[in-house]
Amino acid sequence: MRAVYINSVGSISSQKTFDNSQFLDEIVSYEDNIILAVDPNYKDYIAPANSRRMAKGIKMGVVASKIALKEANLDNVDAIITGTGMGCLKDSKKFLSAIIDNDEQFLTPTSFIQSTHNTVGGQIALGLKCKGYNFTYVHASVSFESAVLDAKLMLENNEASSVLVGGVDEIEEYTCTLHKLINHIKEEKVNTTDLLGSKTKGAVFSEGANFFVLSNIKQDSSYAQIVAISTYNTIKSTNITDLAGTFLKENDLDIEAIDLLVLGNNGDVTYDSFYNELSCGVFNKTQQVYYKHLCGEFNTASSFGVWLASKILKTQKLPEVTKLNDIRASNYNTILLYNQYRGENHSFTLLRKC
Amino acid sequence: MKFLRKQEFKNMSKGVAITGMGIISSIGNNVDENYKSLIGGKTGITRISKIKTVHKDDIMVGEIAFTNQELEQQLGLSPDNNYSRTALLGVIAAKQAIEEAGISNINTYKTGLISATSVGGMDKTEAYYYDYLEDKAAQKYIEGHHAGDSTQKIAEELGIDQSLVTTISTACSSAANAIMFGARLIKSGQLDRVIVGGSDCLSKFTINGFKTLMILSDTYNTPFDENRKGLNLGEAAAFLVLESDKVVKAENKKVLAYVKGYGNANDAFHQTASSENGDGATLAMQKALKVAELSPGDIDYINAHGTATGNNDLSEGRAILRTFEEHVPDFSSTKAYTGHTLAAAGAIEAVYSVLALQNNVIYPNLNFKTQMKEFSITPQLELKEKELQTVLSNSLGFGGNCSTVIFSKKQ
Repeated sequence: MRAVYINSVGSISSQKTFDNSQFLDEIVSYEDNIILAVDPNYKDYIAPANSRRMAKGIKMGVVASKIALKEANLDNVDAIITGTGMGCLKDSKKFLSAIIDNDEQFLTPTSFIQSTHNTVGGQIALGLKCKGYNFTYVHASVSFESAVLDAKLMLENNEASSVLVGGVDEIEEYTCTLHKLINHIKEEKVNTTDLLGSKTKGAVFSEGANFFVLSNIKQDSSYAQIVAISTYNTIKSTNITDLAGTFLKENDLDIEAIDLLVLGNNGDVTYDSFYNELSCGVFNKTQQVYYKHLCGEFNTASSFGVWLASKILKTQKLPEVTKLNDIRASNYNTILLYNQYRGENHSFTLLRKC
Repeated sequence: MKFLRKQEFKNMSKGVAITGMGIISSIGNNVDENYKSLIGGKTGITRISKIKTVHKDDIMVGEIAFTNQELEQQLGLSPDNNYSRTALLGVIAAKQAIEEAGISNINTYKTGLISATSVGGMDKTEAYYYDYLEDKAAQKYIEGHHAGDSTQKIAEELGIDQSLVTTISTACSSAANAIMFGARLIKSGQLDRVIVGGSDCLSKFTINGFKTLMILSDTYNTPFDENRKGLNLGEAAAFLVLESDKVVKAENKKVLAYVKGYGNANDAFHQTASSENGDGATLAMQKALKVAELSPGDIDYINAHGTATGNNDLSEGRAILRTFEEHVPDFSSTKAYTGHTLAAAGAIEAVYSVLALQNNVIYPNLNFKTQMKEFSITPQLELKEKELQTVLSNSLGFGGNCSTVIFSKKQ
């Protein structure tokens, strides 16, 4: 079995993360319950004629993948594996409301085509002329983790040597209105720095794309090794502490071996208890960071967590704004990430310095 | 780490056994009914009855007879459930598969679920889209919209807890990819058992989507016919139980067939159309043969994607010719029976492929009249009895996604 490395990153998020030479040097603060991605200059990456037709999700995915490919010094990859919870939502909305509003008449195919979940992965392949393996996972908050798991399997077994993996989701207004109705989005606007203190139901919704080149060959640009990743549809019979223990044990590690815990807290008073159980419990002597106050919540927000952990491992720097406690690890060798959404689809990811 | 690797190596499985199957489609509510329709040449294509659409006189579909209410009753769901039709169909088919595999306690072995869907809960979303704002009772469906929801519900109904559960959506190749990923998880020792398949219900969204692409036939679809007019949409769900050598041995399981090979490639040609020469499909078939360690001559029957669109059948036919050259085996498309069931198609046709192996039959390609002029290969037109060892099944989709799965009698 071969080791699997993160050889490059490409991130578009609610922070200025598209420039790989920076690392959250400047924080964009929000006071809202819906936040948008900070757009790079898309024209620098995509010809304007193509860009105009592309959904936001496609644009973010294409550009994040171009940034990652460039950093890995690759023109192409053996496989493209995408995770997206909702695909290109704006086009889905556009096509659906056109069906209803116009009684199924005067419709055009563009928004239907872009509404299919695998449209981002398909467009990236089309742009690269990549005829390799191309999968899209669409399973809520483990969409991205499923993609990583697939890529890891492929690279470990030497079925590929470079795989482009990413998580991408875009925001759409009416869908947000619906998610406000059922309290999945916070009623009130929240300041970036107060997210975890909000004590209210729901999250701050957002969007973004985080892509990575994974490979079984380490190179100068490498950020980290992906040691293990596991996803769980539910946790019923045991609690999250036991599950974390089991996951670490499967990898011959104990709590003390973890230098940093990266948590997906989104400030939802009903469900942050899963994170609190770990942060206040067995990991209370471990340094902890969180990130959803920076990137917001979306089905593939955990891909921003992997971006953050990768940057920390490579630079050995940790942005102040992400700190969840005052413990300071002497250095960052082994990072554990944990994420879940609304009590379902939990994941643990284990990264190691390489 | 050393221990883990040894452990994982120990868990690696050479064979990927199929030990159970379940299906619900327009030609039958279970495996037996589907098989009877297949050998009886009975199509499930009709006018649409369950969805109000202005296109009702212009299209034909493969619709499942049961209403949502009937399906809810069969599953014993409470009235406050928020199941989409996709979830209802999925649970029905997955439960059949578990039953055939003789699984009583699903958590005895490390069991995962990989499902596929393209519409997810769109049927409910389109029914209540604007009403959600006022209709509090309908709001339960909002969180059932996303593609992973039906999969979560299937896992819950099967009792799969704290495990690997995920959803694949690669348009019309989705379920073939679910089978492929499931097989890889078994082979690598990540799981002992995995339920794989897909579910898609009919919706106004897909009907209108395909309508704008102008690839819906106004009559019965005619795969590989010179005068084919396009596809009929269908709804269906099918699941297969895949188990490792370890489980098969320990439980002395009856094996229906094996997943022998698989391949996925991207056409990288166009968002919705296939390349003229079927580059992606050719690559997918070649990869699958390589994984199966078979040569083209070893394939006894191809269950083609054969949607009956002008583009697909030409592209796929050319890809078959490129892969098999002068030795194209018997092939047919079963889309004339079921319609194109989108994300479920790969699983539906996996069940049909296994049934072909079990019964040594090749299904007729219905509605064929005129030979295509671009090539001389003709699909199998009559029911044919023949000893089969291997069946190759193609699933080709939007976004250039091309998949092939090879099923075999022997490991």
